[in-house]
Amino acid sequence: MIASLPRPLWLRASTVVYGLAFFAFLFLPLVVVAVFAFNDAPYPAPPWRGFTLDWFVGHDGSGRTGLFADAAMLGSLWTSVVVACWVTILSVLVGTANAFLIERTQFRGKQALSLLMLAPLVIPGVILGISILAFASRIANLADDLWGLELEFLRPGLPLVVLGQFSYIVSIATLTITARLKRFDITLEEAAYNLGASRLAVLWTITLPYLKPALIGSAAISFLMSFENFNTTLMLVGSDSPLTVMMYGRMREGATPVLNAVSLLLMVASAVLALTMMRGNKPGTSNNTH
Amino acid sequence: MNMSSADPTRQSRHVARLMLMLLLAPALLWLLGLIVLPHVELGMLSMRARVAPRVYEPSLAQFRTFFEEPLYWHTFMRTALMSIVATALTLLMAFPIAWTIAKLVRGHTKSMLFVMCLIPFWVSETVRTLGWMILLRESGVLPALLVWLGVTPAPVELLYHDATILVGLVYTSMLFMVIPLISALESLDDSLIEAAYDLGGNGWSILRQIVIPHAAPGIVAGCIVVFMLTLGNYLTPTLLGGKNSQWFTEQIYTQFITRFNWEQGAAFGFLLLALSTAIVWAGLKLSGQKFGEVMQRS
Repeated sequence: MIASLPRPLWLRASTVVYGLAFFAFLFLPLVVVAVFAFNDAPYPAPPWRGFTLDWFVGHDGSGRTGLFADAAMLGSLWTSVVVACWVTILSVLVGTANAFLIERTQFRGKQALSLLMLAPLVIPGVILGISILAFASRIANLADDLWGLELEFLRPGLPLVVLGQFSYIVSIATLTITARLKRFDITLEEAAYNLGASRLAVLWTITLPYLKPALIGSAAISFLMSFENFNTTLMLVGSDSPLTVMMYGRMREGATPVLNAVSLLLMVASAVLALTMMRGNKPGTSNNTH
Repeated sequence: MNMSSADPTRQSRHVARLMLMLLLAPALLWLLGLIVLPHVELGMLSMRARVAPRVYEPSLAQFRTFFEEPLYWHTFMRTALMSIVATALTLLMAFPIAWTIAKLVRGHTKSMLFVMCLIPFWVSETVRTLGWMILLRESGVLPALLVWLGVTPAPVELLYHDATILVGLVYTSMLFMVIPLISALESLDDSLIEAAYDLGGNGWSILRQIVIPHAAPGIVAGCIVVFMLTLGNYLTPTLLGGKNSQWFTEQIYTQFITRFNWEQGAAFGFLLLALSTAIVWAGLKLSGQKFGEVMQRS
């Protein structure tokens, strides 16, 4: 029942109890990950054997390779960053073009095209991955058969991972940027044209500054989504694994607290990113929440 | 602008046309090259069979295999059923929290609770799954706690059960249910509920006759997204379910990557896509929602 109505005590009490249970459910997994990053034991499991920073700073000699000495882990972290940067750049550029296409142009089939742009959001990630894998290798095989060309970038590897993640993240970027462009007051641009501004000047000094919050927001979302993508990436990955795939492999072998250490690092980094984004957004009216 | 040309309107029409082409090009490249053509290729792969090395002929053998091999369609049905159960559980768990945030708390508490719902989803699914593994595995936190409390004499293995997979799936999709629910419930006018209460309605009848009909679009939007994400999930079922997970995406992975049987994997992929499309479509039809609006909500 709503706040303005009388609520019996049992209902109020159970609301509080349920709320506490719900947030415990939400945070318990994250808390144990963070806590066991500091446990002085070779496995991220109880009992608690005391506090250590070995899983961050331990080096090969001590028998415990900490995160900052784990070359494979750091390498995959870097791979993820590189992939996420590419996905972000591509998604924001194409997403912006798509937003202008949807909001500013008229052509036959526009309705169908804008619906098709949403389709990647309801295709399971695994299927996006295998279809792109199959299509890319069909082209690579054709090029090989017809002209003897070896198109290495169409074989499983980072370029395909970038394309695979881009294929659905750009849908989200498009939605975010279109939502903001829709609310733009077109008379501002018309006034500028009347005052003699060129197309480029109008775009640069009026339209893009207005879109800036949405551009930054969609960049942050694209980066985070690329960073944590697993399903599509797993199907397209070659010899260099991004972090999620590397962590998955280690988790199947039996995890050491190094995984907790890297997880904690990710939590802190994404929290910082998300909080900066929220703070930046506060005065604005960006409505998209994820 | 420089208008030295003989026919300015014609020139501006040319400019507009050029702009349209330039804006259309990336969208078409993306949709054709990464969505449409790959799916056509997947469809063609699924409907051919290898008769000799590098020789193929059209065939429906892969789909026949799916129906003749009990393991495959069992896994398929199981994945669908578990996804439906997970979606229902997510809805049941998310609703009270969404209600609390939308209707019961105000101001600072409200935005704090809302942000608290978002926080776990800033970190990747891998990290969240690792957390559940540390909590539930035989040497993990909860079994140790149960022994300490005297509930069980020795640690029990809580991983690798269907219930564990469900917990993981519900956890992973919670956000995608909470957000559409909150936005649907916030748009419900409080005075409607007060009026119903004054007219003698009780909690249950108000929920059934006012709240749920009003929130239906949000409920359906959340359910569709959660169902779709659950059905296509790979990480959570394989890690929390271990060898017994029997998730359909796992079959697709095995066929494609482990066995290199792309024809069979493509057929499986198509079946999964058909299933998720059918359910999404049925959900939209049942609730009278439009695809574009639902996706913008979520």
